Amino acid sequence: MKQTFKRPKALVDIPFHFCPGCHHGIIHRLVAECIDFYGLREKTIGVASVGCSVFLYDYFNADVVEAPHGRAAAVATGVKRASPDNFVFTYQGDGDLAAIGTAEIIHAANRGERITVIFVNNTVFGMTGGQMAPTTMSGQETTTTPFGRDLETNGFPIKMSELLTELPGSTFVARAAVNNPKNLMKAKKLLKRAFEVQTNGEGFSFVEFLSACPTNWKMTPKQATERVQEEMIPYFPLGVFKGGQE
Amino acid sequence: MAMIKFRRERCKGCGMCVSACPKNLLVVGSKINRAGYPMARIDDMKSCTGCALCAEMCPDVVITVFK
Ligand SMILES: Cc1ncc(C[n+]2csc(CCOP(=O)(O)OP(=O)(O)O)c2C)c(N)n1
Ligand code: SF4
Ligand code: SF4
Ligand code: SF4
Ligand SMILES: [Mg+2]
Repeated sequence: MKQTFKRPKALVDIPFHFCPGCHHGIIHRLVAECIDFYGLREKTIGVASVGCSVFLYDYFNADVVEAPHGRAAAVATGVKRASPDNFVFTYQGDGDLAAIGTAEIIHAANRGERITVIFVNNTVFGMTGGQMAPTTMSGQETTTTPFGRDLETNGFPIKMSELLTELPGSTFVARAAVNNPKNLMKAKKLLKRAFEVQTNGEGFSFVEFLSACPTNWKMTPKQATERVQEEMIPYFPLGVFKGGQE
Repeated sequence: MAMIKFRRERCKGCGMCVSACPKNLLVVGSKINRAGYPMARIDDMKSCTGCALCAEMCPDVVITVFK
C-alpha cells in the first residue's frame, strides 16, 4: 500500500491551537500543500497578521515575519521589494485586513505589488472574542451587536474581493470556501493560480477564503460549516473575479 | 484495498470527517484522548475506498490515507 494523503512538508509537525472545526486549520494545510507543490519551501517568506492565525511562524516550515495589526500587506511589500526572488505571502483575517488594515491592502493591490494575499473571512474578530467586523453579516449577533448587525447604523458587510477587483493594479482575485470537499477542491485550484501569478511575475494575487468560526458563532462545527453555505456564499459569491487560468 | 490512519492524540472530535465521508464510515465515539476530546474512528475499514475526502476536510491533519 502506498500513502496517498500525508501532512505537507511545509507544515511543521505540531498540533494547531485552533478550536475544533475551525477552518483556519484546513486553509493553513492548503497553503502548505501549495508551497510543497511548487517546491517553494526554501524560497518562501510568510507575513503573519494579528488574529487567530498569528502563530503562522510556528506552523510553517518557512521564514515568517510578524506584522503589526493590519499592516501585513505593507510589510510584505517591503519584503518582496527587498528580496524579489523570494515567494512572499500574507495570511490575514477579516478584522486584520478589512478593518484596521483596509488602507494597506487597497494600496498594495493598487500598486500591483507582486505578493500573494490569503484573506480569511470568518465574519468576526475571532481572537478577541467575537466582536463585529466589517464583514459581519446583516442581523448577525456578535458581542458588540447583541441584537444583530443593523445595516442602518453599522453599514454593509464589506466585499473585499469585489472591491480589489476594480483596482487596475490587481492581477488575480478570487473567493473560495472549504465547507465541503467540492468547494475545497476548487479552492486548491484557485490557490495554485494565485501562487503562479507571483512566481510568473504577473503581479498581485488575492484569495479570499470563507471560513467558519464555530466558537464565536456559538455553533457546532457542523452548524458553522452549514452556515458558510447557507448564509455566506449567497452574499459572498465564490469564483474567480479577475485573472483566471493562464 | 484502502486504509486510513488516525493520529488520535491530535483529534478534536469536530466531526468534519464524519460529514465528508461519502460512505458514512466514520463516527466520533465517546472515548477521549489526553487533550480531552472525543475521537473519530472507523469501524468498517473494508468498505473504505481511500477517496481521502475525510483527510482533506480534517482541520487538524489527523487522518492519513493508504491505498
Ligand atoms: C493595534 C491593535 N489593535 C487591536 C488589537 C486587538 N486584536 C487582536 S486580534 C484582532 C482581530 C482579529 O480578527 P481577524 O483578523 O478577523 O482574525 P480571526 O481571529 O477572526 O481569524 C484585534 C482587533 C491588536 N492586537 N492590535
Ligand atoms: S476563535 Fe474562531 S477563528 Fe479563532 S481558532 Fe477558534 S474557531 Fe478559529
Ligand atoms: S475531522 Fe479530524 S479532528 Fe475532526 S473529528 Fe475527524 S479526525 Fe478528528
Ligand atoms: S477515505 Fe473516503 S471512504 Fe475512506 S473513510 Fe475517508 S472519506 Fe470515507
Ligand atoms: Mg475574523
